[in-house]
Amino acid sequence: MLILRCPYCGVDADETELAPGGEAHIKRSGPGSTDEEFETYLFAKVNPKGVHFERWRHSHGCGKWFHVARCTETLEVFGSYRAQTLKPPKAIIDKIAGRRPGWAGGRN
Amino acid sequence: MAIQFNRYSAMSLAREALRGHAGWKEAWRSPEPATSYDIVVVGAGGHGLATAYHLAKNYGIRNVAILEKGWLGGGNTGRNTTIIRSNYLQDDSAAIYEKSRLLYESLSQELNFNVMFSPRGVMMLAQTHHEVRGYIRTANANLNQGIRTEFISADKVKRLCPIISIDGPRYPVLGALWQPRGGTARHDAVAWGYARACSEMGLHIIEQCRVTAVNSSGGRVTGVETTRGPIGCSKLAVVVAGHSGELAEMAGFRLPIESVALQALVSEPVKPCLDVVVMANTVHGYISQSDKGELVIGGGADGFNNYTQRGSFQHVEETVRALVETFPIISRLRMLRQWGGIVDMTGDRSPIISKTPVENLFVNCGWGTGGFKAIPGSGWAMAELVANGEPGNLAAPFGLDRFREGRFIDESVAAGVAH
Ligand SMILES: Cc1cc2nc3c(=O)[nH]c(=O)nc-3n(C[C@H](O)[C@H](O)[C@H](O)COP(=O)(O)OP(=O)(O)OC[C@H]3O[C@@H](n4cnc5c(N)ncnc54)[C@H](O)[C@@H]3O)c2cc1C
Ligand SMILES: [Zn+2]
Repeated sequence: MLILRCPYCGVDADETELAPGGEAHIKRSGPGSTDEEFETYLFAKVNPKGVHFERWRHSHGCGKWFHVARCTETLEVFGSYRAQTLKPPKAIIDKIAGRRPGWAGGRN
Repeated sequence: MAIQFNRYSAMSLAREALRGHAGWKEAWRSPEPATSYDIVVVGAGGHGLATAYHLAKNYGIRNVAILEKGWLGGGNTGRNTTIIRSNYLQDDSAAIYEKSRLLYESLSQELNFNVMFSPRGVMMLAQTHHEVRGYIRTANANLNQGIRTEFISADKVKRLCPIISIDGPRYPVLGALWQPRGGTARHDAVAWGYARACSEMGLHIIEQCRVTAVNSSGGRVTGVETTRGPIGCSKLAVVVAGHSGELAEMAGFRLPIESVALQALVSEPVKPCLDVVVMANTVHGYISQSDKGELVIGGGADGFNNYTQRGSFQHVEETVRALVETFPIISRLRMLRQWGGIVDMTGDRSPIISKTPVENLFVNCGWGTGGFKAIPGSGWAMAELVANGEPGNLAAPFGLDRFREGRFIDESVAAGVAH
């Protein structure tokens, strides 16, 4: 079972207390965007076998959305951070780079 | 001809019985990979094997290799709960799933391999008023599609399946969508049967051969790199279920797919007590009894991206809890095994059988939690697409372009999880 730390209330919550919300840091396409941009925004998934940045909600706790960096192949969790960021914080990137030396560094 | 010699029959069984079963041949050959093929299929699950089979059978294309990173049938094909049905809501789905179900009816004869297709009947329980309305709608749609299904009363549910508790504590059974010719088949046998037939027609099945890169030149596919060396091809068919995103990345595009774990479990064997397949979608429980007597149980999928073929304990708990409500008789059964498979989920819960941005590279994926039932029909439709370079009627609605065009084939309205 996954255990993730909610960056708002600091609780180590297990999977049943949380709701997964899919890929994080997706750039929203607005009016004037091309069909291709909309398709990418709405449907195209990175879906990596490896490091994944994703959204979770502390649904049975404080109710807030947050971000998690996690490995989909091993279920290793690199850390969680607040939702109000456009990209993963440096501390998380450094941690992943340390744990995954060959990591290409977030195609996001 | 070798095909005749290797035929399984009552005669060959008797002959082998008399000589201590010493004469059975391996069911498929394991050749060394050639330097190139007309067509390379990646993934020796049911869909990849059926694609290769129909390329040879329907189009006479035999210079074909099927590459498999592990062992044949070791992916979702060998991990599923084997429910076969075609009672889908949308016409496009009904067409391909019913084609598939019809092919299953005669698959053992076609492949000369007993796939143990057992059309014992599938019932999808309606346990909320919303489901009652939904299933009546589906039964009406199926009537128009020429698929025999029926909305049956709770009384009839109880008659067909006496161990069910109709009054259930949380969700009483209000009726069911009943498909009398739905059922199950032996999953391994489906993979093995296709593999044997492919091998007999001279196709190369190459196991322990992982594709690590896709080569292309001028936007057109030229071959693959593998753990057993480079292999060239004129056309490439990628049929790798949960690993489709990985292969797409190698080829330089993205798919509208996310990979998640779906799990199943089986109980200790007990005497026959359940001779239909029961699906309870509201509480996420799916159950049938195998010929060995085990109850085969499928549950809900994880909601997060996952490539570990494990599953998690709370889903087991959730599933078993739901089933005990509906089948109190099983409350003291012990569970024997549990496992997971990585399923490829699309947004509209419908598959993708499509051309891609790379010329001569085709994908067949997105079957998610419900593609075992589709293996024969999907292989048929995929072979047509790969052989002709254009989809036929069955595959045409399932192109990747539907996401850009907003032309979804929405099956998630019909059942949240669709085994
Ligand atoms: C627990 C569970 C229960 C299910 N229950 C049902 C059910 O009741 N009814 C139903 O209809 N469906 C069910 N399904 C879904 C069904 O199992 C799948 O949709 C179907 O088996 C997919 O078949 P496939 O051939 O596409 O994939 P797979 O059988 O997974 O085959 C893909 C193959 O590709 C190989 N591969 C991957 N990457 C590479 C690479 N780089 N190089 C070479 N080879 C590679 C894999 O090793 C694998 O063998 C269930 C699935 C699961 C997991
Ligand atoms: Zn919180």
